[in-house]
Amino acid sequence: MSRLPAAGGAHLVVLRNVWVHKGGTPWTMALFSVYEPILYLLAMGVGVGALVGRVPGVDVPYAAFIAPALLATAMMNSALEETTQTVYGKLAFDRYYHSLLVTPVTIRGMVAGELLWAVLRALVTGVGFLVVIVAFGLARSPLVILAVPAGLLTAFAFGAAGLAAAAYARGWHSFQYVQLVMLPMFLFATTFYPVTVYTGWVRVLVEALPLYHAIELSRGLALGEVGPGLLLNAAYLLAFGGVMLAVAQARWTTLMAR
Amino acid sequence: MALIEAQGLEKRYPGTDVKAVAGIGFQVERGEAFGFLGPNGAGKSSTMRMLACVSRPSGGTLRILDRDPVSHGRELRARLGVVPQDDALDLQLTVRENLIVYGLYFGLSLTHMRAKSAELLEFAQLAEKAGERVEHLSGGMRRRLTIARSLVNDPDILLLDEPTTGLDPQARHILWDRLFRLKSAGVTLILTTHYMDEAEQLCDRLVIMDKGLIADEGTPRELIERHVTREVLELRFPPGEQEAAGEKLGGDVEVLPDRLLCYADDGDAVLGRVTELGLHPLTALVRRATLEDVFLRLTGRSLTD
Amino acid sequence: MLPAFVYWLFRYRRTWQSTAVVSIANPLLFLLAIGAGLGTLVQGDVEGVPYLRFLAPGVLAAAAFQNAFIDAGFGVATARGRERVYQTAIATPLSPGEVMAGHLLFVGLRVFVGALAFVVVMACFGLFSSFGTALAVLLAATLTGIAPATVVAAWAVTVTDFPRLNTVFRFVVMPMYLFSGTFFSVEQLPDPLQSLMYALPLWHGADLCRSLALGTATLGTTTLHIAYLGALAVAGVLIGRVTFRKVLYV
Repeated sequence: MSRLPAAGGAHLVVLRNVWVHKGGTPWTMALFSVYEPILYLLAMGVGVGALVGRVPGVDVPYAAFIAPALLATAMMNSALEETTQTVYGKLAFDRYYHSLLVTPVTIRGMVAGELLWAVLRALVTGVGFLVVIVAFGLARSPLVILAVPAGLLTAFAFGAAGLAAAAYARGWHSFQYVQLVMLPMFLFATTFYPVTVYTGWVRVLVEALPLYHAIELSRGLALGEVGPGLLLNAAYLLAFGGVMLAVAQARWTTLMAR
Repeated sequence: MALIEAQGLEKRYPGTDVKAVAGIGFQVERGEAFGFLGPNGAGKSSTMRMLACVSRPSGGTLRILDRDPVSHGRELRARLGVVPQDDALDLQLTVRENLIVYGLYFGLSLTHMRAKSAELLEFAQLAEKAGERVEHLSGGMRRRLTIARSLVNDPDILLLDEPTTGLDPQARHILWDRLFRLKSAGVTLILTTHYMDEAEQLCDRLVIMDKGLIADEGTPRELIERHVTREVLELRFPPGEQEAAGEKLGGDVEVLPDRLLCYADDGDAVLGRVTELGLHPLTALVRRATLEDVFLRLTGRSLTD
Repeated sequence: MLPAFVYWLFRYRRTWQSTAVVSIANPLLFLLAIGAGLGTLVQGDVEGVPYLRFLAPGVLAAAAFQNAFIDAGFGVATARGRERVYQTAIATPLSPGEVMAGHLLFVGLRVFVGALAFVVVMACFGLFSSFGTALAVLLAATLTGIAPATVVAAWAVTVTDFPRLNTVFRFVVMPMYLFSGTFFSVEQLPDPLQSLMYALPLWHGADLCRSLALGTATLGTTTLHIAYLGALAVAGVLIGRVTFRKVLYV
């Protein structure tokens, strides 16, 4: 007879997602995910970079400056893609999680499994984009390798937020609000210029954004500017992700009881 | 020992005052096919969710396989099979993959599931469709796949929520045949339905639910004998004349929105009386009483809303 | 045609508020973050003007183009596919051509409203010298959106799987959005790419909007841009009349 699956069956939820993607290799998956950040790297890093020259206070070419930020953003987006609309579709239309509910897989297992999958998906993106950064000659420090594990923390934080958002969504249109939050976050969270551009309360506001910390962490490691501040960035992401995970767990439990 | 024992079982959803299930008691024995009948909103699905250990009872006691479904939910779910009303198949996987992956959720091994899925596909008459995406299956095939899926863990109890709703007549008969085989093989079946012919075909014993309560319980035959006469005369009148005709006729008559049902041991005799009274029904039919008559008797009032 | 247009207006009543927020928020954020923020890093002028002045009309054209693709592409494919709006419409005396025209009119309205919001934001940044300039830029941006919209609609009505729309969006619209002289001049691009961009509609739209906004427009280039975009719009309508009929009268 079978034994109950460990960890609430989280690994089985991951396995199912891997199974669905079994047609593609991790490399085609990575290629697909790095395509967009490469476009941005070319347009902003190279194109606009020619207008910018050097970033004041930063001793690297513009493309090298924005590349780690795009890495963090790409990993964040991978995690969000796997958790927001994808999960909402399986929740509200396919009723996939309802079909799991009657098995020994627990609700905690479902949430943990989807989050783990999102983080794995981001890992593939991260490794792919790291190769691009190195190939473009934008690596400034061997520590750039650590930007990928840092990105996993980013993926954890945003993946958890995505799972919470998916469970609160009332229809596809709800994700417009996610866009309304994500676009300004992407634009303002120091992807394209240092935080010193801002002063006063705007700067405080920007420094409160989780993506700002993700980018600081990624950029600090990629440019080899390591300091205790990075621990603070990591702690922020961990805390943000932790809170979001708790919110997601609670919301999923209520939702599945209906 | 009964496989399932419920006493005073209640379910009230948070934020509402109405009890979806308002205190019901029943027992299900091993190998039995047990049915819940009732109109929409009678509390059947809520009861089934509690039996599937995915919904906490708000009151009363429920024991499944001699365990408490709240504290032992996970273990119990590992021993149940569930066929939900909406199938909820994994649309991104093929027919065979649906079975294999579902088996993994129960902690079964991949090797075991490869063999088991072949056996189940055979049973569900879907072997030829093994490699197809679920999207391309007909409604009847999907339902058979859902039943096959519910059997991956060789469940002690199989729960089916309206197994043939929305299927065409051929598909229903194929499905009934499969369920009958399961029953003959000793699987305990619990099903909800609002099709009386289905209940008569499949159920050894059933309860009729209405407004969250059990209206009556018994075998199909017992229920018919208890609540209706041997024969029924069905009469249709032009719109508007129904009520008046019913009153004029008197006796044991049920006035439905579209027709009159006259309960009698000799239907033809009643038909004779109808003509004597000078009533001119558009159609008249004498037939044997069925479970549907019991159902209408016990829950008829709630149908008119 | 009018009833089909009115249908879309009725639906718009329910969603226009949230769309309006997005229409205003997007340009505002873009101009603040990229124009004002990134602009501080850009040394000196770009084509003789500060970066914000250079960027704004380009992004306006790109936004009109992208919104038109989303509305005409996903909107038309959904109306034909999942929602079956068209099938319901042609069961009435409406012809496929009228169904298409009604929907295109609505897409045009949406593009116009989006461009209007953008132009108002630009005016708040003090980027226009006169009311007439703002009006000319608004009309130019609307044309930049409508021209590809008719072609996209003519194609989208034949599309049954959404992923294909996504693919075109990623591999055609996104690169055009970024490289058609929107964020930086196409002259910075290596030659074969530069020529390619000159052949594509968004460059014409962006250059039209920018030259009008900066007051550098000449009669020759303006006529060329308008003729190119106008021809594209007409071609889309002509193709659409065929594809809509073919798909809806199966």
